[in-house]
Amino acid sequence: MTPATVPALRRGVRLRQDAARDRWVVMAPERMLVPDETALAVLRLVDGTRSLGEITAELARAYAAPEAVIAEDVAALLVDLSDKGLVSLS
Amino acid sequence: MNAVSAPLALLAELTHRCPLSCAYCSNPLQLAQVASELDTESWARVFREAAELGCLQLHLSGGEPLLRRDLVPLVEAAVEAGLYTNLITAAVTLDAKRIAALREAGLDHVQISVQDAEAGRADAQAGFPGGHVRKLAAAALVREAGLPLTINAVVHRRNLPSLPGLIALAEAAGAERLEVAHVQYYGWALANRDALLPDRAMLDRATEQVEAARARLGGRMVIDYVVPDYHATRPKPCMGGWGRRFIVVNPAGRVLPCHAAESLPGLDFPNVRETSLAEAWMGSDAFNRFRGTGWMPAPCRGCALAEADWGGCRCQAYALTGEIDATDPACSLSPHHGVLADARAGAGDDAPLVHRAQAR
Ligand code: SF4
Ligand code: SF4
Repeated sequence: MTPATVPALRRGVRLRQDAARDRWVVMAPERMLVPDETALAVLRLVDGTRSLGEITAELARAYAAPEAVIAEDVAALLVDLSDKGLVSLS
Repeated sequence: MNAVSAPLALLAELTHRCPLSCAYCSNPLQLAQVASELDTESWARVFREAAELGCLQLHLSGGEPLLRRDLVPLVEAAVEAGLYTNLITAAVTLDAKRIAALREAGLDHVQISVQDAEAGRADAQAGFPGGHVRKLAAAALVREAGLPLTINAVVHRRNLPSLPGLIALAEAAGAERLEVAHVQYYGWALANRDALLPDRAMLDRATEQVEAARARLGGRMVIDYVVPDYHATRPKPCMGGWGRRFIVVNPAGRVLPCHAAESLPGLDFPNVRETSLAEAWMGSDAFNRFRGTGWMPAPCRGCALAEADWGGCRCQAYALTGEIDATDPACSLSPHHGVLADARAGAGDDAPLVHRAQAR
């Protein structure tokens, strides 16, 4: 994965609100996942057009944190979501 | 009292009709007749009520849901209700026109079951000549339509040697997900247990093959794996616990905590023709009967794992012990645990296999 990598939600994967439980969920074929705050912040920026570098920059701005620190966390999180079959990295 | 949490998923069994006659079918012995099936409007109402109650996922299953002529309007109703909609099908009657209409209606995902990796054996298993080839063609159509695809393979003594072939089949079909599920011995399948139950060595080989495929395919294809209770020392938390996560509505409108629950005697399950889904879920005696841990006798009562496995499966406990509140014999602490060893000893390659005769 490089800063130019563009993560995307895989086919059939959607981030949506769970009104009954007042939270966000990641819906996927016959499963779902409840993202924690960090994952949610990242997933909201995963739209198949933003690159990893752009996502990191936006988060750094939003949370007023150094990009270098954020980059590592974001990359690790995306690799985990990719292993779970929820996100593709290309 | 146990707090009642909202269900996460609705399993809608649209019909018990099915063109196949799998020997491992876990549907009840007594199938609902066509005339008693819920109509389109009733299902649409059930979908809306499920979403209001907190359900996020909907599984449209059967029998064969494609045999419902109103499947497209049903999917539309489900999508309008805001449910993530999965179609669980044997797919022998799925053509390009139907899949296009289903996609148009907003269907989210298709799961296709296969009986073996090799056409001749698969067709013999399903009792439907030419079925396997049609399934592969249907899988390709799902792919072309741009919908996510799961291949589901129920595995047992007779088709376990084909497991590597089944994994390759799912890969070749371009599936995002493969579900390898050992037979659950309910309904029709229980009568065929001797012919279907694998021995320990077969099970271990299968588990190794799944692990290896997972390592190789990580990120490309998800493999979900369901192991058989008969080789376990602790039971599975059936359906995530009675009346906790899943709500099932059967073809005739009966509301159940799991699709085999009607096999349990003395429980009066509510029907959506007479009550709302919310009332059935929260207020019915049948749903409250095994909720939480208060109903448990020893050895479950007070056990540290009571809220991890909820005492196992009620249907299995009843089928194997004759008592509906017994500890699931899959647990080694159950006084009936020995029946599983007896079942393992009784299984063999020469046990006869009886295919089910279907309601049509
Ligand atoms: S006969 Fe086979 S395909 Fe039909 S409902 Fe039973 S298990 Fe499913
Ligand atoms: S005794 Fe009951 S609760 Fe404890 S592990 Fe066995 S089945 Fe689960």
